[in-house]
Amino acid sequence: MKIAVALKQVPTRDALLRLSESKSWIEERDVSFEVNEPDAYALEEALQLKEKHGGEVVVCSLGPPRVQQAIKEALAKGADRAIHFEDTQFTQLDANGTATVLSKVLESERPDLVLTGLQSDDLGYAQTGVILAERLGYPHATIVMEIQIDGEKLRVKRELEAGWFQWVSMPLPALLTIQSGINKPRYASLRGIMQAKSKPISKVTAGELGLGSEDLSPKQNIVRLYVPERKSNTEFLQGSAQQMAAQLVDKLRNEARVL
Amino acid sequence: MKDGILVFVEQNGGKLDRVAWEALAAGQKLAAELGCEVSCVVLGKSAAAAGQQLASARVAQVCVGEAEPLVSYTPDGYALALKEIIQTLEPAWVVFNHTYQVRDFAPKLAASLGGGLASDCVGYRVENQRVTLLRQAFQGKFACEVELTGPAPHFVSFQAGVFREDSVERQSESAPVRTFEISIAPGQVRTRPEEPFREAKQSVDLTQAEMIVAVGRGIKGPEGLETVGKLAEALGAEIAASRPVCDNGWLPMDRQVGSSGQTVAPKLYLALGISGAIQHQVGMKGSHTIVAVNKDAEAPIFEVATYGIVGDLFEVVGPLIEEIKKLKASG
Ligand SMILES: Cc1cc2nc3c(=O)[nH]c(=O)nc-3n(C[C@H](O)[C@H](O)[C@H](O)COP(=O)(O)OP(=O)(O)OC[C@H]3O[C@@H](n4cnc5c(N)ncnc54)[C@H](O)[C@@H]3O)c2cc1C
Ligand SMILES: Nc1ncnc2c1ncn2[C@@H]1O[C@H](COP(=O)(O)O)[C@@H](O)[C@H]1O
Repeated sequence: MKIAVALKQVPTRDALLRLSESKSWIEERDVSFEVNEPDAYALEEALQLKEKHGGEVVVCSLGPPRVQQAIKEALAKGADRAIHFEDTQFTQLDANGTATVLSKVLESERPDLVLTGLQSDDLGYAQTGVILAERLGYPHATIVMEIQIDGEKLRVKRELEAGWFQWVSMPLPALLTIQSGINKPRYASLRGIMQAKSKPISKVTAGELGLGSEDLSPKQNIVRLYVPERKSNTEFLQGSAQQMAAQLVDKLRNEARVL
Repeated sequence: MKDGILVFVEQNGGKLDRVAWEALAAGQKLAAELGCEVSCVVLGKSAAAAGQQLASARVAQVCVGEAEPLVSYTPDGYALALKEIIQTLEPAWVVFNHTYQVRDFAPKLAASLGGGLASDCVGYRVENQRVTLLRQAFQGKFACEVELTGPAPHFVSFQAGVFREDSVERQSESAPVRTFEISIAPGQVRTRPEEPFREAKQSVDLTQAEMIVAVGRGIKGPEGLETVGKLAEALGAEIAASRPVCDNGWLPMDRQVGSSGQTVAPKLYLALGISGAIQHQVGMKGSHTIVAVNKDAEAPIFEVATYGIVGDLFEVVGPLIEEIKKLKASG
């Protein structure tokens, strides 16, 4: 079976972020990037499905040249090939735009299964996968925690709120958005890293997909980003670790009266 | 109804949860500022019963969507039914609460109507009939103002807790209830849902704990849990965790606090190395006293903490154990 995985690259968790001149994005210089957390789980799930059912794993990523790093990592872990959507027109797309671009290639690739993360850690739209399913005409399920495949039939465990779950079945081809924790992502092996060097990465531009600026114009415009004013009533303790610990215990006992 | 606001209300077996009223409150507020009408829509089994309850709210009408395929929730069924209703009513805005169900179908619905969806919003502003929506970006590190462009309808989902359920305006007269017979062909709903269930092996009940020591990704790995365990022991507290700690297998899943884990409200919640993402906060912000230890002074956990220590948790835990032991020894 052919499985496509959508990988997004996002700033690392502890990156110190500053706003760009335009105030509608971050200053990317000096920031290190990593694969969006649920996307890494989606990739692992694809690799395990391939090991069980055969076929190939195709990685799709949309972004500037820096995303090559995420792509190479995925290839080193065992993905078979990659599609890098790279074009200045692709910068700052909303979820609709990203789904439109991805759908153009996946329409002709016709994978049996498309896996995305449930949400990106930077803009957090939680929409790209579901819109992509709509564009491809695939059934979908979101927040998936387990996948079973039996021939043409797919059965997945969805996470619901407050510790509830639900199994849902559907025919293939289908699209699933993957939740973190579904599996244990592997590390790339040395052999994998060597093999990745000869795996194909095809580049795709807006022109090649027949997409003009009106096809990609956002339905959702970022007006501005800013550092939020924190509404905090927190009483911050000061001093050395010892002093803060002593103060805290005193306050918990005499002020909050919880000890 | 044309150019008004349509609120999607989620119901569960005819029951309306807090989020249902919150969505309605959002729609009413937005309608008041835009000077337009607000209606609501409810789908599925027992939708009529839910519709009766909704009719007590100040709305122009309550729409009830009925069809055999809507008995159990599916994204196909809900998107098709709402598409039909929206095309009939032609609202300018469709308002949701950002629940897991809404995340599952709203992007599909919006895309099928060519509209944009501003998801998980925490606020909004209206100026000269222009609506600017407020979201969080980069895990709450930045706030982000967005605008929806293009023709109506525009779609917006609000985070839980942004509007208050008790702020819903009521009216003495019942609002009219309008039933839509939705025509969905059997093959149009492609997913088959089974009954929701809980994992059987839920062995700890954190909801009963008086004290909780919770750890986040700041704990770095399972090794760090040993000293934290001693702290919990000294306090007589249960250990809990943020999601990534459980995802990584450092602690079992039933220790997870948050939207997909347990909701707790102990006397003392001590959060160590937890950033305080909204999905975590909803599970613990009802705690009586919250202490947060985090090396990042800007971490969102400090929005809900009573006491805060900005620093390395590994430097603080040792002295804290000592102080607690001292206190206990002195009685
Ligand atoms: C649909 C959905 C459902 C979710 N459900 C849940 C849920 O139920 N529960 C939940 O918790 N999350 C849930 N999440 C995930 C949530 O969005 C966050 O990703 C998660 O809560 C972050 O966990 P964290 O704070 O431990 O990690 P991070 O966000 O990585 O934060 C780690 C923190 O530790 C601090 N730190 C690092 N080292 C140290 C140190 N030495 N000393 C002190 N501080 C340190 C850092 O400054 C940082 O603030 C859900 C997400 C989605 C999309
Ligand atoms: N630029 C991108 N390249 C590849 N996949 C993406 C991109 N943006 C979003 N995705 C996928 O869509 C998912 C949801 O993203 P979002 O809708 O932004 O929350 C991510 O987890 C990715 O799997």
